[in-house]
Amino acid sequence: MEEYGGGDFLSEAMGSGARVVVVEDRVEAPGAFALHLLLKRALAGGGAAALLALAQPFSHYDRVLRGAKGGAISDSFVRLYGDIQRAIDASRTGDNTGRFTLMIDDVSLLEVAAGGSVDDVLDFLHYCVTLTSEMNCSLVFLIHEDIYSSEEGVGVLLHLRYIADLVIRAAPLSTGLAADVHGQLSVVNKCTFREQRLKAQRIWNFHFRVKENGADFFYPGSRH
Amino acid sequence: MAEAAVRCLRDGRLDGEHAPALAVASNIQCGPLAAGAMLHLAAAVASNAAAGKAQARGLVIVAFDRSPEVYLDFMRRRGLDPNALNRCVRILDCYSDPIGWNQKIRSQQQQESGADLCSANKENVTIFRNVKDLDKLMCSTIDLGRGFAGEGKIYFSIAVDSISSMLRRASVSSISSFLSNLRSHDQISSIFWLIHSDLHEPKFSRAFECLSTMVASLEPAVVDSVYEEEIPGNISFLEENYSKAKFYLRLKRRNGRVKHLYEELHVEGNDVRFVSASSVSTEVSQSLLPKVQFNLELSEKERSDKANVVLPFEHQGKGEPIHIYDGRRSLPEAQQDSNLTASALLDEVKFPKSAAPKGEIHYFRDSDDEQPDSDEDPDDDLDI
Repeated sequence: MEEYGGGDFLSEAMGSGARVVVVEDRVEAPGAFALHLLLKRALAGGGAAALLALAQPFSHYDRVLRGAKGGAISDSFVRLYGDIQRAIDASRTGDNTGRFTLMIDDVSLLEVAAGGSVDDVLDFLHYCVTLTSEMNCSLVFLIHEDIYSSEEGVGVLLHLRYIADLVIRAAPLSTGLAADVHGQLSVVNKCTFREQRLKAQRIWNFHFRVKENGADFFYPGSRH
Repeated sequence: MAEAAVRCLRDGRLDGEHAPALAVASNIQCGPLAAGAMLHLAAAVASNAAAGKAQARGLVIVAFDRSPEVYLDFMRRRGLDPNALNRCVRILDCYSDPIGWNQKIRSQQQQESGADLCSANKENVTIFRNVKDLDKLMCSTIDLGRGFAGEGKIYFSIAVDSISSMLRRASVSSISSFLSNLRSHDQISSIFWLIHSDLHEPKFSRAFECLSTMVASLEPAVVDSVYEEEIPGNISFLEENYSKAKFYLRLKRRNGRVKHLYEELHVEGNDVRFVSASSVSTEVSQSLLPKVQFNLELSEKERSDKANVVLPFEHQGKGEPIHIYDGRRSLPEAQQDSNLTASALLDEVKFPKSAAPKGEIHYFRDSDDEQPDSDEDPDDDLDI
């Protein structure tokens, strides 16, 4: 299977109507490769993308958020949201009218930046979601699922699953480590009222293998 | 079609009582279907109002989770024309700008400060910008409802989608008082809301159930233990959960009796429909009937033979016209038919025809009872 053939496999599962994509990953199976694929996809169609890269050291937004303290948190979220709106407007100038994609890497760090205030994060995420209906924008959120395995911290993760149209979940193989399979990926496509497709398959399971410049996807058992 | 619930919402309040309230409870496993259920209910209530069949003149939707366009689109697909939509549907949009950020940003950009908490951007959509203030939310909701045109006292219905979003910014007690104030408001005909019960402690959703007269809970069609334990594995068998769910409705009647109904909710593409339990169960029994060596089903011939069996208590006529005592025939006519009148029978008892005692059984059939004209319980309005 060629490199891009694998990407198409994921594309097929994703369909086209998803506006809010949530990528869940774990320490044992990082989902960054899925983010890279989605970024490529977003840029391929002549679209524009903004990466809210909290996990990266060079981020401007990172500094904006970390600089804020206490009661100023929600103010800084407003500013951040304003920045995103401006970025979208800027990308709309000229003849570039493709879809705009906003990626947040990752939501768990937003929570850290907000000083643990789940409500502020959810308010911010809600405003991001409103962009999908008002400004033809799509969203990709990365969240580390295993941080939320304890009972009390389930809030943000569950809320994200509610607002997601599409959940991509990377996890280690349930059968243990393998040399040429790095993990399994399940894709759940929840699109109900936006897509016209009848009786479409909603749930997909693959195995994946991360390569230097992309990833391979294949059905379980087809590669041994 | 979730008929029972829609009928209660349509009929509205009685004088001196609180408005009927329906709580729709759902969880993550049937998340997208809960939206479908709400859209279906809203469209049904709105079209009843538009057709003038309901007590309410219109429906006010307090929308937190979905853009107003989603509702309007769905209602258009359900056959409500733009005229009816404008007349009978108002949406308080708490989705686009719930805590006023957009306005803040805009006013910073334009150096303006005239902050208006409510603004209408379309004919029937009003944006609300401070969802933390429940008193204002209630005033705006009621103001919208008073705007419906009509003569005499104007009633209206309210949909809240969803309580879970309200709970993020307000306490349980304030939302409870919001709901019960609405229920006791004398212009409100009925109210229904959605709650995602797994986002909150169980006691929260119970507190709201206590405020309602009907509870509809959505449960996944396929229950799995794997997903709950968060072990990612083969979850393909859950596919069914994304197209249908179980819909349990519990409604409390005015006489205190509780009725349970079960239906299935199906979502296909853009459409939502309810399948009643009886047709579901026959489908299931046909497909689930185990293959056994005994013949459990009747053939077509056996079925028709069975239908032709004459039951023993019916007079079989033997060629003569069949007389069945119906209790309504006038007396002279009955006297002519001396065989079957009660007096004739009495005579027979007093003066038995000793010569030829016949063994006869006389069956007096009561006049047929009237069939109830709907599926409703005939004893419904008994106040015991």
